[in-house]
Amino acid sequence: MVTAPTISIVSARRVAASVVDPEIPVLTIDDLGILRSVEINQGRAIVTITPTYSGCPAMGQIEDDIVTAFEKVGVEDVEVETVHFPAWSTDWISEDGHRKLSEFGIAPPIPEPDVLCPRCDASAPKLIARFGSTACKALMVCSSCGEPFDYFKQF
Amino acid sequence: MTNQVTSTAPQGTPPPDPDDRITTLLAHADDNMVLAQRLGELISNTPELEIDIALGNKALDHLGVARALYTHAGKTEGEGRTEDDLAMFRTERDYTNLLLVEQPNGDFAHTMMLQLLFDAYQMELWKDLSGSTDETLGGIAAKALKEATYHLRFSSGWVIRLGDGTEESHHRAQNGVDALWRYTSEMFEGEAGKYRSAWTTTIEAVFVEANLEVPSAPYQRTGGRGGFHTEHLGFLLAEMQWVQRSYPGLQW
Repeated sequence: MVTAPTISIVSARRVAASVVDPEIPVLTIDDLGILRSVEINQGRAIVTITPTYSGCPAMGQIEDDIVTAFEKVGVEDVEVETVHFPAWSTDWISEDGHRKLSEFGIAPPIPEPDVLCPRCDASAPKLIARFGSTACKALMVCSSCGEPFDYFKQF
Repeated sequence: MTNQVTSTAPQGTPPPDPDDRITTLLAHADDNMVLAQRLGELISNTPELEIDIALGNKALDHLGVARALYTHAGKTEGEGRTEDDLAMFRTERDYTNLLLVEQPNGDFAHTMMLQLLFDAYQMELWKDLSGSTDETLGGIAAKALKEATYHLRFSSGWVIRLGDGTEESHHRAQNGVDALWRYTSEMFEGEAGKYRSAWTTTIEAVFVEANLEVPSAPYQRTGGRGGFHTEHLGFLLAEMQWVQRSYPGLQW
């Protein structure tokens, strides 16, 4: 028996790609590069994602949000699969993602010596804490405007 | 390093016994699970907010690695055991973590020393396993290696600062070495012996800067990999597992 797909692969891809990171809501999981693939198999949407950090607590939330996003467009049968290989790296964050992070006030993941203050663009900020508000970020302070900011660690 | 081992293997070597693979996966998962639980105990109890956040982050990294390894071990075993089954329904005798990671938290210097000894070991472990032919394990290890690099930078930084600090902080850091050194040989039992020399180089470099000395007494304790633990593990597991054991099947 073959069940007719209720959603096209293009729409399914769009639905999955619209899910945002709950901790950095300006980035979609597509911007982050953790959305690996979307498939439709006999009406079931199969979404494959890769964790950013091993213990990223947002992953569970992201899985739930993917299921919810599909439910909203009438697809009830959703499977979210997590794969660990190859390991995610910040290189997978899109150009667009870098821009959005910067606009949001988070320095994007470039090598530490090249980091600029996302508010005033001054160079050579000071590292305050290597472990910041979330596993993926460190805390820096601008040596020009004095504003503390998050730096998305290059990983 | 791994290539050398492979190239000297005789032709027609049988594939690794799946049971051995599960045993190894569980041992590494247990190390990370137990240390995550220990570090979790420190949340809201460290000297500074930044350290609290750092150790909370570190706990989370170890927990994430443990979850991924348990899930992978369960799938490899193929008997339907989940990460929760493996973490929450195995007893003290089933757990094969290193004795080092189950040791109770002491003062801050003691805790940083424990992290240093273990982080330096995990650096070598993950470097090696990131080239594993088991792709999932390789992926988990590649990610964990990046995290371990951060961990080691943090723990070695603190050990140097404390060891090379005041008389009091130096004394406490040296006490940490003296108390924990006996659990270090166990990390290099069996095949893991290949990590020893790189680990020793890392530790020696830190100790030179920190003015710390390796205890002269060669006494070493082992047993964790065989399920024989110090008394501390049972209490840790009891606290960690009681909710799941009281209400089986609970999920995150």
